[in-house]
Amino acid sequence: MDYFERFAIPHPSPAIYASMVAIGLTVIAIIVGLTYFKKWGYLWREWLTTVDHKRIGIMYLISAILMLFRGGADAIMMRAQMAVPDNKLLDAQHYNEVFTTHGTVMIIFMAMPFIMAFMNYIVPLQIGARDVAFPRLNALSFWLFFMGAMLLNISFVIGGSPDSGWTNYFPLANNEFSPSVGTNYYLFALQISGLGTLITGINMIVTILKMRAPGMTLMKMPMFTWSSFVANVIIVFAFPVLTVALTMGTFDRLLATNFFTTSDGGMDMLWANFFWVWGHPEVYILILPAFGIYSEIISTFSGRNLYGYKSMVGSMVIISFLSFLVWTHHFFTMGQGALTNSIFSITTMAIAIPTGVKIFNWLFTLWKGKIVFTTPMLYSMLFIPTFTIGGVTGVMLGMSAADYQYHNTMFLVAHFHMVIIPGVVFAMLAGLHYYFPKMFGFMLNEKIGKLTAWIIAISTLLAFMPMFFSGLDGQARRMYTYTESTGFGIWNMISFIGAIGFAIGFALIVYNVYYSIRYSPRNIGSDPWDARTLEWATPSPVPYYNFAKVPHVISTEALWDAKYNQHELFPEKYEKIHMPNNSGVPFILGCIFFAWGFSFVFSMWIPAILTTIGIFICMALRSLEKDPGHYVSVEEIKATEKKMRGVQ
Amino acid sequence: MKNRWIKLIGFFTIVTMLTGCDPLLVLDPKGPQAQVQAKDIMLSIGIMSFIVLIVFVILAYMLIKFRASKQSPNYKPPHIKGSIMVEVICVGIPVLIVAYLSIISVESNYKVESPPEKYKNEEPLVVYASTSNWKWHFSYPEEDIETVNYLYIPVGRPIEFKLYSYGPITSFWIPQLGGQKYAMADMVNTLHLAADMPGEYMGRNANFNGKGFAENTFNVTAVQQAEYDNWVKEVKETADMLTEEKFNTLLEPGHVGQSTFNGTHLTFLPPPEGEHGGHQHEKAESKDNKSLQNNH
Repeated sequence: MDYFERFAIPHPSPAIYASMVAIGLTVIAIIVGLTYFKKWGYLWREWLTTVDHKRIGIMYLISAILMLFRGGADAIMMRAQMAVPDNKLLDAQHYNEVFTTHGTVMIIFMAMPFIMAFMNYIVPLQIGARDVAFPRLNALSFWLFFMGAMLLNISFVIGGSPDSGWTNYFPLANNEFSPSVGTNYYLFALQISGLGTLITGINMIVTILKMRAPGMTLMKMPMFTWSSFVANVIIVFAFPVLTVALTMGTFDRLLATNFFTTSDGGMDMLWANFFWVWGHPEVYILILPAFGIYSEIISTFSGRNLYGYKSMVGSMVIISFLSFLVWTHHFFTMGQGALTNSIFSITTMAIAIPTGVKIFNWLFTLWKGKIVFTTPMLYSMLFIPTFTIGGVTGVMLGMSAADYQYHNTMFLVAHFHMVIIPGVVFAMLAGLHYYFPKMFGFMLNEKIGKLTAWIIAISTLLAFMPMFFSGLDGQARRMYTYTESTGFGIWNMISFIGAIGFAIGFALIVYNVYYSIRYSPRNIGSDPWDARTLEWATPSPVPYYNFAKVPHVISTEALWDAKYNQHELFPEKYEKIHMPNNSGVPFILGCIFFAWGFSFVFSMWIPAILTTIGIFICMALRSLEKDPGHYVSVEEIKATEKKMRGVQ
Repeated sequence: MKNRWIKLIGFFTIVTMLTGCDPLLVLDPKGPQAQVQAKDIMLSIGIMSFIVLIVFVILAYMLIKFRASKQSPNYKPPHIKGSIMVEVICVGIPVLIVAYLSIISVESNYKVESPPEKYKNEEPLVVYASTSNWKWHFSYPEEDIETVNYLYIPVGRPIEFKLYSYGPITSFWIPQLGGQKYAMADMVNTLHLAADMPGEYMGRNANFNGKGFAENTFNVTAVQQAEYDNWVKEVKETADMLTEEKFNTLLEPGHVGQSTFNGTHLTFLPPPEGEHGGHQHEKAESKDNKSLQNNH
């Protein structure tokens, strides 16, 4: 068999060759650097084999930011191509690959790990736990996600990127109309990282239900923990659907079954149903933890408790139910008739009610508060108006008769970007600035931070508001070009300027990290923001056992009670702490999964069989292994605490 | 002096913008179905702008009134749990708005899913609209003619489009006549449209279907009935016969210009309805196409 032909890129271009060289040089630089500074051992012991939820959280964070830049580069290429009529920057094939990977990377490999980073880092700290329920599974989750992400990312240099949209609608995605291996990459990258997400979902639910500190009843959990809990319940219900859909799609492409084909009884509508039964709840998996972060930030910087805690929790639970009852609005135009459309139109608009409740609760949290404008707070305050615009246009899209006009147009693109960017990306950036001191022991520069927040918020409006107009003027999404006579030029040019703004904003974030590493003061204490919840009761950065003593909780704001209401947060004595041992198995298993996915992408059956056996061997080894973990002695705890806090 | 320049420039910008911008296609309806949709869109924009405005005002008020720099340093914000009254208002008003929009939505839904009320006394003109990568084939069974990449329709008569696809899912969309619907390989969808006035309208496939998607467009010409009859007569006299062979070459992926034929492909390559249907009607016992189509 001709391997060269198989692995070759079907549509090569100078940009791809340049990227190949860049990737090669980066890999060589990393290998040389690690060897030169003798960091291989450090990397292996402290990061690759770690089971510490905080380190896993940080690895998620770094991956998410890298993927943000990858997806962002795609976005800028797209907007540049569309900036003027009849542009020749990208051809149709490249444009199709770019928007497909942009969507896939941003949702699956940027937004998901971003929320996973915060869930991993914050939830155990916030509930007073020492780690998640299954630390080693947690490491496996991360490595599965990471290897899935890498698998998708190598697609554009080996064999070709997926090009049928991030929704991957069959029959377009089937062999007949998408003959390159791109869609195989899509199927396996999502499958592998999706398994990781499903495992995280189970892990987090068990952690939150079983490992809360004494006194923390469900209704005393901080809002971020609540939001993570609800999101993980959605994960456990939604992700199996994706797993099944991807498997069926894989069977169609590799084994010539006919689930979604145009002939032999294939049903193209079935893919759309499966995809969105997962895909719509997925949106809430992303946005609920983001809402949790906003709740923490807004209450901290208003100096007030969160207004309407119970209705916040209630609205999230209602949203989680409704999220499974609205998927059909993604294909109102598939011809299911007026009755079905009417039902889904109503359930869709109904989601606006609990979401509105949350917006008003945040607004009332500001009421009688003492608002301090830090960078995280600025993001949260910019979020409210921008997200409201995105949200109300969602209600407009929910009116199914009108949706016949919005469907598949730039109006829709504008809507979901106006929801997801303020809703998720702003929240993650706010969370990044907010939790940065907890993670790394120093703060990001506030001046640069605030400037960045303004630039990103203005860019959001510039980039996406014009799309509402071009959509109503008949510009369909995913068109790689248009003629001058359509009149779309002006709108797309403004969008492009917004995209440039984004690039500047994100570059400034990188600069801020660099600047703060060099110049930020290090002795900021454990609680630099005067926060309210348990994660701020630990030293910064957090010792690996989290809490030296088990905290006791009497309300949703345990730390606040301890600081200002004479609550004894740590009434117990020092005791030895049981901690899990590091393990290389999750990383190795991740690598095998990568090889497994790659083998299937190119239908190399022998490696596929070997790697499948390898996966089972790893699982068997783990089952037979006796690893009771280890204890941290009281002396060691005392010494560490003294070093970190300067006190007993 | 400076001020006047700014005013002048501002004035000219507004004027050029206003004259330069034609109305947005969707908000410039030329048929009853598009009118229903444009009305809904304008109504919802109105209500939604009102909601956005309220949120902006409350946010601005809170941020101005309660910022730390305006308060005494020893002010301690109170602990406020929440209030039933406030929550009833916060839930109640959105419920009312959503309920109102739901009624509008359901009502319009049934309107756009059925033949236009305005022309209910007219016999609808049935047009089979099918796609293959990246073309549109329009079959007029009544006249026994077929066009590629352009539509000729009479004004004031309801048009019943029968949509299906020889390939990936596409979406049939003529913004000024009404919203879109999917064309798929294993079933036939029905879309009811009508044009109120003569004119040239843009039509396109709105659902991504691969490389040639951007150019997957067609022209719609709406003319008076008499002119339409002339056009049909002319086609019957001048156009070539559509053979199966010719149609098969047309089905091959690629772009072609506009063309016109006598006869339709419906005879040799029937649409996926009735006994030719996909998953839902394997060798349907009942030949009652109407009831089968209603299943969609």
